[in-house]
Amino acid sequence: MEPLLSLRDLSIAYDVDGGTVTAVDGATFDVPRGVIVGLVGESGCGKTTLARSLTRVLADNARITGGQAFFDGQDIMALPERQMNALRWRKIAFIPQSAMNSLDPVYTIESQLAEVLCKRGGLTRARAHVRSEELFEMVGLERGRLRDYPHQFSGGMRQRVAIALALALNPKLIVADEPVTALDVIVQRQILDQLRDLQKELSVSVIIVTHDISVVAYVCDQVVVMYAGRVAETGAMRTTLTRPAHPYTMGLRNAFPDLKSAAGVLTPIEGAPPNLMHPPPGCRFAPRCPFAQARCTDSSPPLVQVDGDHLAACHRWQEADVLRPLAALTQTWAIDIGATEMGGAKS
Amino acid sequence: MTAAPLVSLRNVRLHYPVGGAIAALRGKTTVVKAVDGITFDVAQGESVGLLGESGCGKTSTGRLLLKLDAPTTGTVTFDGADITTLRGADLRRFRTRAQLIFQNPFEALNPRFTIRASLSEPLENAAIPLAERHDRIVAALELVRLPEPDQFLDRHPHQLSGGQLQRIVMARALILDPVFVVADEPVSMLDVSVRAGVLNVFREVRARMGLTAIYISHDLALVRYVCERTIVMYLGRIVEDGPTEDIVREPLHPYTKALVTAVPVPDPDQSHDPLPIGRGAPDPRNPPSGCTFRDRCPQAFARCAVESPGPTRVGNRIVHCHLHAPS
Repeated sequence: MEPLLSLRDLSIAYDVDGGTVTAVDGATFDVPRGVIVGLVGESGCGKTTLARSLTRVLADNARITGGQAFFDGQDIMALPERQMNALRWRKIAFIPQSAMNSLDPVYTIESQLAEVLCKRGGLTRARAHVRSEELFEMVGLERGRLRDYPHQFSGGMRQRVAIALALALNPKLIVADEPVTALDVIVQRQILDQLRDLQKELSVSVIIVTHDISVVAYVCDQVVVMYAGRVAETGAMRTTLTRPAHPYTMGLRNAFPDLKSAAGVLTPIEGAPPNLMHPPPGCRFAPRCPFAQARCTDSSPPLVQVDGDHLAACHRWQEADVLRPLAALTQTWAIDIGATEMGGAKS
Repeated sequence: MTAAPLVSLRNVRLHYPVGGAIAALRGKTTVVKAVDGITFDVAQGESVGLLGESGCGKTSTGRLLLKLDAPTTGTVTFDGADITTLRGADLRRFRTRAQLIFQNPFEALNPRFTIRASLSEPLENAAIPLAERHDRIVAALELVRLPEPDQFLDRHPHQLSGGQLQRIVMARALILDPVFVVADEPVSMLDVSVRAGVLNVFREVRARMGLTAIYISHDLALVRYVCERTIVMYLGRIVEDGPTEDIVREPLHPYTKALVTAVPVPDPDQSHDPLPIGRGAPDPRNPPSGCTFRDRCPQAFARCAVESPGPTRVGNRIVHCHLHAPS
């Protein structure tokens, strides 16, 4: 079946003082129908910019500089604003990162739901009320709390409200930017369970933007790993996490404290991502990569097929089976990063 | 733990009136019991994790330990002295010996100050002679594994990455050679790939300086990495206290069980069973009677509603739960 969303070479740049920052650089991946895709990477890797571009709500200084994003066969990057606006909420809903603070404090939740349902969805007030109750029930909130204001809800409940808003008009794609980052572990887990249940029940596609691979491991079917604006690796979640082909993905796995395994030593990936105003030549991960060779700084590795839908952008992808056990060793990552350490200041 | 503890809390309570001036005039103030009768000791050189959800009182406890808040009742003792009564030179000495490592490195440093100025400030406050200051700064940066100080000293916070900033925040806390630090979620604002580096520095520094440390977090996996002992809090009270490895392996209190199950793991084969805990957030303004966890507890029984569970010793742990109490 044709994927719901296909990104082809999508690039997005910000005009800033003194130049251009290419935040997303040639992103190519598919979002199949009825699955959860995790878009994972560290701050500044372009994951949020990419997610926002899917609703085409970008900062004033951002430009889509190339590529396409086919949603249901239609390139949404080329759509006139009027038609794009018709897709927002109805077909593509966005849950912003600060969902906890993005609700208007002076309106009740019901009136904020009504705004979406009536203005965007064309429902009557009465129908909107029925639908609001239905939505509250779906996300596990009591109907009686529809008339409450955002401050009367806890962080986890506000996140449920944000999910209810996103589901309001039965979209085909929900893009959630860090939906559980600010929450406690217990609430995190409950929200992810709810999201997963609703996604299955309604068979929508969901893109979860996160920096946390444990979120990916818990709910995602597919994963896209981004590094410094580019897709480093993508594939089925299980394959990508258990048999990664890109050293960055291997390194992320080591850096994560794991309660289920013995208390070993965590291995950081030394250094910081490059400054995207002046990205390094070749592979952008090369300055932090323990396996980098001369060719890695000479040319950018293309995204190649490792196996089936598992793709990786690494010159040494064919050696992944040999590199993986090496990447699990702490001493492998103890490289002198010297100059690269200074690059990654985030604005 | 035969030596005298470095830090000691006895029946400490921190209650805040809420509702504001108008409610007060109407006589309608309620009291939030941020910390509600906690008792524990921290031995010299020990590292203790304070674990719990937002609103459980872990940050308030950290503030009480550093005399950033005064307890409503109870005593906080540091090195044998009641810190609530410290004044003058004794208080200044305490302020150098006990330090806080802030949660958000992006906000903990003055954006207008160079790194050198940020690190000099505590030295000035402690009247360290000018001639010594540069060496102290260099030594502190080396301690947190930022070995080439010239790269950093004249820069401003916005020119550094999160991992570098958090190390500088740590260097500032350590520059006066404290014996006790409280770290409040020091890596929660950092990317996963750099978290490990900061946690490793924290572990190393502790070992090298023989620091006594309190590490505040909601994530048991992080606490386990840096603390040999963990105190679990719920709604201002301690529910379980014991060696971290034992708690990870076999949590005794039903709340700890839920916390252990909820810890995110990067394992595709993890269990997706529902958490053994009721939904809903604890409401500190209106906690249930008896055991405050009972409304979310899957194992609650009649006694839990009428009687608040006291401490029970189970092996080398202390549990506050009627399931483990002698009847």
